[in-house]
Amino acid sequence: MSNLKVTTPSDREIAMSRTFDAPRQLVWDAHTKPELVKRWLLGPPGWSMPVCRIDLRVGGSYRYEWRSDKDGSTMAMGGVYREIVAPQRIVSTEKFDDPWYQGEAVGTLVLTEQGGKTTLTTTVLYASQATRDAVLKSGMTSGVEQSYDRLADLLTSLRR
Amino acid sequence: MKAIRLDATFAALADPTRRAILARLAAGEAPVTELARPFAMSQPAISKHLKVLERAGLISRGRDAQRRPRRLEAKRLGEATRWLERYRRLWEGNYQRLDALLEELKAKERK
Repeated sequence: MSNLKVTTPSDREIAMSRTFDAPRQLVWDAHTKPELVKRWLLGPPGWSMPVCRIDLRVGGSYRYEWRSDKDGSTMAMGGVYREIVAPQRIVSTEKFDDPWYQGEAVGTLVLTEQGGKTTLTTTVLYASQATRDAVLKSGMTSGVEQSYDRLADLLTSLRR
Repeated sequence: MKAIRLDATFAALADPTRRAILARLAAGEAPVTELARPFAMSQPAISKHLKVLERAGLISRGRDAQRRPRRLEAKRLGEATRWLERYRRLWEGNYQRLDALLEELKAKERK
């Protein structure tokens, strides 16, 4: 199943939505159990995720570390859980170790289920529009989720 | 230089009126009066939006000196959307792996 939709719901946000052919509980597990997260949250080809720690409670923290199998370079990010409603909603802060953008971002994951399929929406709110735009421009967005709706709409209208 | 230009492009695209103007211009060039018609906005307000789009390189002015029609600069818009496409592809790769993992988890549950 494809149809990943990326949008910019506001000047400071990027949002992304996608539907999966699986019940919500499984999609939730795949986002919250480290042994499962490590298998898909990898970013560009050739990267693996040697470290994935998740302390799934409000005030608990998480940490992701990626490594390029080609040249050994690493990238890491982490944050703190602000809100957890299993199996449907997580709000957490997110910050890269090597901050190439300013300020802390806040990510919101929402899962809704209908007819055995689950729609995932992630929205990341950045500290400023300049930061959001920097993320849009960077190819290194592996950990920083979110999307851009209005542009997708615009593109659709342009293709007509 | 290129990074700075893209900043202006994304900033210009962040506004719904400006996106609507671009969508209209995708159908062909148009003078300011025509571009202003669908909006409950004064012509100076529309001109301001057009200035932002022009500075971002997303539109230009046609040859007709009287009408001064605006037209879409598709190349600049293409540059901006290529970035989005790259981002989308990166996540699509992740989510395709997640699809495979979910299939595996579903099979396990059935056992």
